[in-house]
Amino acid sequence: MLKIEKLHVSYGGIQALRGVSLEVPDGKIVTLIGANGAGKSTTLRTITGLVKAQSGSIQWNGEELLGKSIDRIISAGIAMSPEGRRVFPDMTVLENLKIGAYLRKDKAEIEKDIKWVYELFPRLEERSWQLAGTLSGGEQQMLAVGRALMSRPKLMMLDEPSLGLAPLVVQDIFSIIGEINRQGVTILLIEQNANMALKIADLAYVLETGNITLSGTGAELLTNEKVKEAYLGKHKS
Amino acid sequence: MTSMKKKQTIFTAAVLLVLLAVCVAVDMSLPSFHIAVKVIEKASVYALVAVSMNLLNGFTGLFSLGQAGFMLLGAYSYAVLTIPMDKKASVYQYFDGGALKFSLPEVFASFLGDSVGTVVGMLAALLIGGLLAGLFAFLIGLPVLRLKSDYLAIATLGFAEILKAFFQWNALGPITNGSNLLKSYPTFSHPTAYVVLAGVLVAFIVLLINSTYGRAFKAIRDDEVAAEAMGISLAHHKRLAFVISSVFAGFGGGMLAMYMGTVAAAPFKSAMTYEILLIVVIGGIGSITGSVLASFLYIFSSEWLLRGLDSGKFLGISAPDIFKNGFRMAVFSVIIMVIVLFFRRGIMGDKELPDLLRQRSRKEAAGK
Repeated sequence: MLKIEKLHVSYGGIQALRGVSLEVPDGKIVTLIGANGAGKSTTLRTITGLVKAQSGSIQWNGEELLGKSIDRIISAGIAMSPEGRRVFPDMTVLENLKIGAYLRKDKAEIEKDIKWVYELFPRLEERSWQLAGTLSGGEQQMLAVGRALMSRPKLMMLDEPSLGLAPLVVQDIFSIIGEINRQGVTILLIEQNANMALKIADLAYVLETGNITLSGTGAELLTNEKVKEAYLGKHKS
Repeated sequence: MTSMKKKQTIFTAAVLLVLLAVCVAVDMSLPSFHIAVKVIEKASVYALVAVSMNLLNGFTGLFSLGQAGFMLLGAYSYAVLTIPMDKKASVYQYFDGGALKFSLPEVFASFLGDSVGTVVGMLAALLIGGLLAGLFAFLIGLPVLRLKSDYLAIATLGFAEILKAFFQWNALGPITNGSNLLKSYPTFSHPTAYVVLAGVLVAFIVLLINSTYGRAFKAIRDDEVAAEAMGISLAHHKRLAFVISSVFAGFGGGMLAMYMGTVAAAPFKSAMTYEILLIVVIGGIGSITGSVLASFLYIFSSEWLLRGLDSGKFLGISAPDIFKNGFRMAVFSVIIMVIVLFFRRGIMGDKELPDLLRQRSRKEAAGK
């Protein structure tokens, strides 16, 4: 279980997180929703170690992650699919997947996981030799998720997987996220598409200007008046 | 897929064997001062250095212009370590016969026999030159690799220029012979030796690029943030690429010393780095095959094909006097502009020799 307590982060002269506390229980899908600049991405980037925190704690199964190097955090079983997908454009799909397993040394198991990713995303197998930069947006998102899975994470964090994708493709991606979760991977999902995210989430948090302002089960937040008004685009009648 | 791979391996091996056979044929039939022999020798050296630069610029995405400096280190190490004892007095005539009281080929010859020992000594000197270049790269990499793109290029270019001046300093004379020539050291006189040596070293780089490290380099080139998020340590891998590239540039410098027969700091100026950068760009940034191909084309045209332009003759046509000295470089500039305009990604793009076969079979499949 991932447990974040009173996390304060600032960079570039901005106080991005002001005491965020949240929990991600094992085996669940947890979503973090909020507007642009609320600090969602900063939260994920701090968990992976890409951004340094000022104070607070991030406990992963009782182990403190703050101050650890990125490679140790990844080896501990946390992977991230970054915002905007960020696949390696001049490398093939297969090479992208292999880079995802960069910290692993078990060749046979890596081969197995490549097969597993190809089963989840048959489109990727068809395009295995294609340069990632030539894939469509949806395929690139699939690759970004597949690449994150290659480190064989216990917790996978997804930063805006629906960004810039057609609604049908978004549905595909979300159903695969559900499938990955059923296979035992805990998911921490960041979304602006609050409607989709809350529907598949077991637990949800609302982040506003660096603070958690609401939390509850996905279903609870879907019917919450405030959430409806601010994130689901439904006005009070 | 596997049959494709097999075909590609056979294809690559066949092409390489044919090229080697051509080189051996030239070696056997032409005298060692023939221009064809000289072109092969110089082009193999440049191919090696171009590939080492491509490892950094094309595969890791670090724009460095320090190649001439690292070649200088390799060239001086090689020459200093291999000048025979009985020639030292005349080479170091202003510096009392020099400070180094041994010569590596002679040291090895004393217990391996003359012919084997000399070759082993020469290779050892080459190795030391490369390692020295690598050591310098490690040291200057500590501050310099924090810089990005153009700034890194400027810093490495400055380093190479400083090194050039430093080696001409009189206080270092007992080792570097100040601004005087180092000469009389043993060299390989057969082009096959250059081709095989450069080929083996390039093969090392190819293996590196196809390894996990190579993939990490390419990931850094494509997207630093994403690479970091995969657990790739940016600082470590950049330093590694920089040091390895410099080690191979050092080897190239040592081989250039063999080719030139004399070593002085003057030729290792920034223009040499630009020549190599040009080869990398013409061949295709990110293609080893391209770098090798382009260095042979470049050396062939600049040393042989277009040489006649300077004396007013080209392919039997004599030109007016105004086209004489320097016209070769003017023609060269035009060729380069044409390449930049029509082959934006260089001759090979980022394709390698085995990819050519895959492309063709794909075209055939599309035709059916």
